[in-house]
Amino acid sequence: MTAVFPLKLDRVLVRRQSKTVLGPVDLVLDPQGATIVIGPNGSGKTTLLRVMHGIERTSGGTVSWARDDPAKHAFVFQTPIVIRRTVADNLAYPLKLVKTPKDQIAAAVDHWLARIGLLGSRNNQAARLSGGERQKLAIARALIRKPDVLFLDEPCANLDGHATREIEALLHEVAGAGTRLVMATHDMGQARRLARDLVFLLDGKIHESGAADALFAAPGTAELAAFLRGDIVT
Amino acid sequence: MIEILEGLKAAFQLVVGFDAELWEISLRSLRVTLSALVIASVIAIPLGTYLAVQRFRFRRFVISLINALMGLPPVVVGLVVYILLSRSGPFGVLDLLFTPTAMIIAQVIIITPVIASIAHQSMRELWAEYHDLLISLNTSKRQRILTLIYDGRRNLLTAALAGFGRAIGEVGAIMIVGGNIDHVTRVLTTAIALETGKGDFALALGLGFVLIGIAILVNIAIHSLSRTEREGRW
Amino acid sequence: MKRIFITLAFLVCGQVAAADSMRMAVTTSFENSGLADVLLPAIKEDLDLEVQLLVVGTGQALRLGEAGDVEAILVHSKAAEEAFVAAGHGTYRREIMYNDFVVVGPVADGAGIADATSAADALTRIAQTQAPFVSRGDDSGTHKAERALWAAAGVDPEAAGTWYRSVGAGMGAALNTASGLNAYVLSDRASWLNFGNKSGLGLLYSGDPALFNQYAFLPVNPDKHAHVRNDLAMQLENWLTSPQAAELIDGYTIEGEALFVFNAVAE
Repeated sequence: MTAVFPLKLDRVLVRRQSKTVLGPVDLVLDPQGATIVIGPNGSGKTTLLRVMHGIERTSGGTVSWARDDPAKHAFVFQTPIVIRRTVADNLAYPLKLVKTPKDQIAAAVDHWLARIGLLGSRNNQAARLSGGERQKLAIARALIRKPDVLFLDEPCANLDGHATREIEALLHEVAGAGTRLVMATHDMGQARRLARDLVFLLDGKIHESGAADALFAAPGTAELAAFLRGDIVT
Repeated sequence: MIEILEGLKAAFQLVVGFDAELWEISLRSLRVTLSALVIASVIAIPLGTYLAVQRFRFRRFVISLINALMGLPPVVVGLVVYILLSRSGPFGVLDLLFTPTAMIIAQVIIITPVIASIAHQSMRELWAEYHDLLISLNTSKRQRILTLIYDGRRNLLTAALAGFGRAIGEVGAIMIVGGNIDHVTRVLTTAIALETGKGDFALALGLGFVLIGIAILVNIAIHSLSRTEREGRW
Repeated sequence: MKRIFITLAFLVCGQVAAADSMRMAVTTSFENSGLADVLLPAIKEDLDLEVQLLVVGTGQALRLGEAGDVEAILVHSKAAEEAFVAAGHGTYRREIMYNDFVVVGPVADGAGIADATSAADALTRIAQTQAPFVSRGDDSGTHKAERALWAAAGVDPEAAGTWYRSVGAGMGAALNTASGLNAYVLSDRASWLNFGNKSGLGLLYSGDPALFNQYAFLPVNPDKHAHVRNDLAMQLENWLTSPQAAELIDGYTIEGEALFVFNAVAE
């Protein structure tokens, strides 16, 4: 089976009501590591992730995977979406959609319940979980079909430090196990902790990108330097 | 006022005395209405859900049409069904006029828009909640509709019960297409109309109270059946 | 969810097993008299025939016969019946029995019709005093009889004014309305006697031969509607004109009063 990577974005453009919210963007994602997308509010981080995942329509340009298999990429939203079922049924849901045998579903659900520490809540309604638990559940549910790449749109934006730490640990593990991460974040500390590559968006365009260590050490542009300092950049 | 007390007394006597005729027409009322309810739900629930999930050119028009059809006068429905099923009408050979089947057909026409409209309202809200997740999981249209129906089943039950309420109390249409034939098509509402016509208000009211009682019992029964099935979220 | 469907399926299943049955359209006045409750069980016993009654106004009864939706009709409006037969919708009309119409009104009798000399005179008095009058207004046999009486009285009630209330409803509903409005109303005797909501109303005038109300049986023409069970209609007609029927019809009373007079002529 050929790999899904590289993912290539070629002159990708997204317009809403004649206003350009993203692009033109050129970007190539290789199979390894973690890419963190940073940039001010409204710079197009969410739109970029959604375009790559294929849930946002483009107004121009092409998004092309080496082999496009939608089951091989998953998405975690800023506000976790849980369906109106139990915790275990939330985890089972993506597997049921692809007609996975029951015993395999049960095994995968048990595995992930243990990993996110929700074994005791398996039969509770997911809507009753705390915000952090819900986001962990959403991440586990996104990972349960063993995707090659996981897109995360500011997954810790509404969470406390404790939950954020747990989620980062989980992301470290899955990245270590070979899952490609593409994550937007506001939290520069989180970006430093997780990033291998950095994409800095400004006003819908990639202002600067490259290896994270290098860019954090020596930003190539005044805007990135200012943004990393915490200044307001427009 | 005295008549209402007399009516309560008549209802009490009918129920306590296990009046054979009362049982017969009550069971027929239930049979006709529940048959109509099942058929109408099978049409209306997927339709309402489809309208929530799918955008197409005449969607708004179809939704307005369904909302308008909620106000369809039952007498007109009855007359149209009568003309269609009459021996000189296009479906005369089926010999359905003045049978419980004809009454079911009329009731299906009356309550399908009611159920579809309420189902659409609640499915639209649920779809707004689930939209991003279901799109990102690459669900098929069928899977989306089935998921919404399953997870929104409590709201759909409310929609169906609204249809039940409309059907069980309906008299205009079923009087015309059923004919209120004793032991064949006489149901509670047509019997009430008949007794009112005879000026026997106490018996008419008594039957009315029995009708209300049945409606309440069916509501309670369906709600408790759906609740024991799984511990509720609400 | 499954349990609900099983419960529903259980309730939905099961249909009525029908013996030999036919449909007959009858007028509300016939049904309200209660005579059907005596005749139908006897027919069932003698002929093993289940007669399903469609209780409607004469106008609608004739339409049902015209469309072939019933096997026979039993109504009381001679002119309309003859037109029905002339148009070929029915094979013939056979007179079965008659009852009579009565003028019902507020017991105070403001129009003073109790001592009227004829039915036409009674209606003339109502028109002169402009006392409220409720008309069936539904093209039924009773309504047609009422219009004939107004014509005999030389009054055009439709043009007369607000005292004339056409309700467009069955006999029972018209009696309920008259009771509510304290109005006069023309009713068949049987409906009146069986009516349960008489409050304030009384039988004020009756007895004029012009008020006689002939019921006739009309089989629907099987040449026009092949599916019509003419054989059952024939069986029923034979029974309705038989001595057993005569006994039951003449012997039927409410509060001691005989309602119908059997007058079928043997063939």
